[in-house]
Amino acid sequence: MVKLFEPVPDEQTILYVKNLKTWFPLRRGIMDVIKRIPPRYVHAVDGVSFKIQDGDTFGLAGESGCGKTTTGKTVLRLVDPTSGVIGYHPRKRLLDEWAENGYEPPVIDDYGNIDLAKIPPRHLKPLRKEMQMIFQDPYGSLNPRLTIYKILEEPLVIHKIGSTKEERYDIVAKALEAVKLTPPEEFMNRYPHMLSGGQRQRVVIARALILQPKFIVADEPVSMLDVSIRAEILELMMELKNRMGLTYLFITHDLALARYITNKIAIMYLGKIVELGPTRRVLENPQHPYTKALIAAIPDPDPRNRHILRELPIKGEVPSAINIPPGCRFRPRCVVYDNTPKIQKYCEAIEPPLIEVEKDHYVSCWMHGEPEEIIKLLKK
Amino acid sequence: METLLEVKDLKTYFYTTKGVVKAVDGVSFSLGKGEVMGLAGESGCGKSTTAYSLIRLVPPPGKIVGGKIIFEGKNILELSDEDFRKKYRWKKISMIFQGAMNALNPVYTIGDQLAEVFMLHEGLTKTEAMSKVYELLEMVGIDPKRARSYPHELSGGMKQRVMIAMALALNPPLVIADEPTTALDVVVQAQIMNLLKKLQREKNVSIILITHDLSLIAEIADKVAIMYAGKVVEYGTAEQIYLNPQHPYTQALLRSIPRLRGEISKLEWIPGTPPDLIAPPPGCRFAPRCKFRMDICTKEEPPTIEVEPGHIVSCWLHAKK
Ligand SMILES: Nc1ncnc2c1ncn2[C@@H]1O[C@H](COP(=O)(O)OP(=O)(O)OP(=O)(O)O)[C@@H](O)[C@H]1O
Ligand SMILES: Nc1ncnc2c1ncn2[C@@H]1O[C@H](COP(=O)(O)OP(=O)(O)OP(=O)(O)O)[C@@H](O)[C@H]1O
Ligand SMILES: [Mg+2]
Ligand SMILES: [Mg+2]
Repeated sequence: MVKLFEPVPDEQTILYVKNLKTWFPLRRGIMDVIKRIPPRYVHAVDGVSFKIQDGDTFGLAGESGCGKTTTGKTVLRLVDPTSGVIGYHPRKRLLDEWAENGYEPPVIDDYGNIDLAKIPPRHLKPLRKEMQMIFQDPYGSLNPRLTIYKILEEPLVIHKIGSTKEERYDIVAKALEAVKLTPPEEFMNRYPHMLSGGQRQRVVIARALILQPKFIVADEPVSMLDVSIRAEILELMMELKNRMGLTYLFITHDLALARYITNKIAIMYLGKIVELGPTRRVLENPQHPYTKALIAAIPDPDPRNRHILRELPIKGEVPSAINIPPGCRFRPRCVVYDNTPKIQKYCEAIEPPLIEVEKDHYVSCWMHGEPEEIIKLLKK
Repeated sequence: METLLEVKDLKTYFYTTKGVVKAVDGVSFSLGKGEVMGLAGESGCGKSTTAYSLIRLVPPPGKIVGGKIIFEGKNILELSDEDFRKKYRWKKISMIFQGAMNALNPVYTIGDQLAEVFMLHEGLTKTEAMSKVYELLEMVGIDPKRARSYPHELSGGMKQRVMIAMALALNPPLVIADEPTTALDVVVQAQIMNLLKKLQREKNVSIILITHDLSLIAEIADKVAIMYAGKVVEYGTAEQIYLNPQHPYTQALLRSIPRLRGEISKLEWIPGTPPDLIAPPPGCRFAPRCKFRMDICTKEEPPTIEVEPGHIVSCWLHAKK
């Protein structure tokens, strides 16, 4: 029996995404309008499904431009989805605040999950206290004209947390201590440029955590830092996760890093998840031709490697996210397709769903399972 | 092996209004003909400045203030600017600059930009130059028809191939590649590394590969120099550095790298930050971050010790033995 991936929520589910799409319209020139050329879109996120359980560090990996950041921003509603469901398990605090404002969010299942995709923009503000993003660039994401104190106080003021200045001072001091910028007084009056890259990233983390959220999208949080100091920031993030009961959606292009800190991983290619499962199983037993190529390409600090050329089982280059190839979107680059005539007609015509290959490990490739059987399941 | 390059006690300082930045402060290493050396270290340790010194393009307010760069037996620091520009830069020593693939001129085709190298340095006509350009593109794995493309029509990987073509155009015996793959995805990075390896073998060119990524250096380098705060702290063959590192800095760097294969051991990090190069700490510059720090480390500069043939370490831990 083949099994296809379905993001079915249970008691432990904190976030699940079903067939999420985020398309960006391309700017149309006047000639496009005159010639009635239909509008075109960047299919940044193009039908993504996954499920994140409470306490997970869920990795989202793939090459530049595959849609990782857009997926992260969309689940936080920093970008509006084009279609799809974003099921989220809210805290009571959040429901209460919405109720006070006379808003009742759409509950979509028996576990009290609500569909974030349906929240109108004017009711998004309270959500920021639950869900936050840590941005990639510690240089660009802090306002250079504000002191560290002001940067951390700002969200408190916006969300009316801490009624007096003293209370807010206390919260800011604690937040700095939590990210080990101690003594906090020494950092409060500095400007971002007076901090090292690692210290700046701690401030970015402190700012994301100061409202006591429970779900964090961490977008390449260490990729701008020297390798020599990355582990320190990662360990801090993991310690805070345990202490504050956080769940991470951890975006990275670095599979070796993902191996150390994520428990589940999704590999994205051109707006879609091509492989999904427990990190160890996916990395030790990759099944999608794309995952295999990615893994083959990663260098390791072994001097014997210089005697060999790396074999890269992939061809061509990533196509643009505007003209997605029909059928399997990886096909133009796939060497398995070339070598496996019996599946070619499926690869050319139908996008493969995520098919289970071992427990909880799913792969979107026609090499797995009986295509006709899968197509029947898809029609249901 | 015939020695191609010998750098001796090189010093390059930046004379800024805030003080003298000792970016390269007594760097020595040597490179054989056809050998590949990796130069690694954290951001700001002086890797690029070392490279710029080798092709004598240190930007102001920087200046080479000491040492020798002996290339094919001649100290190139003694040459006049004119002589160096005419006879050495690009012809004998070329460089792939950090981030340079975005510096290709957007208004000229890549064919024109490559042809210019031949017209300028070898006095070829446009037609002669173009036939060389086609060969060159073929060599770096780009369809020669692409000569008519503008930079924006090429992917990052293709632009980097053009940069490699440019550096190899005049068949220099030494190419310096400064972070040639930093902005690229892993698959493209691996393709570029394969290309560099292949060309290195075919042409027996010497390469200095500069990157903060020790995994990447392992892909190609016969020798490795580890730089910290303007100095080379450890230097040896790839086997010596990766399998038997002796400097605490090298050891910590290697243990900070997450690995995709093999066992997962706890990642280490190096606490603190590299020192200010205007006022570096006395003694060993790494001492403030070193977990093996002894009294003497913060007082006196460590001696340079050859711990085994060709394996050099600057560290007090080895001086006592
Ligand atoms: N606001 C936007 N408007 C138009 N296109 C966009 C927008 N944001 C992203 N895109 C496009 O969507 C695609 C996915 O981008 P995204 O930033 O999500 O990728 P990514 O996987 O995070 O890449 P990287 O690893 O480089 O950060 C890209 O083609 C990008 O150019
Ligand atoms: N034009 C300049 N003026 C003043 N200081 C400079 C200049 N260029 C570099 N420096 C300083 O010299 C030191 C070495 O810089 P360099 O660019 O050589 O480092 P790097 O090892 O190449 O770093 P990265 O890995 O970030 O490229 C740094 O402290 C830097 O701030
Ligand atoms: Mg991104
Ligand atoms: Mg540099």
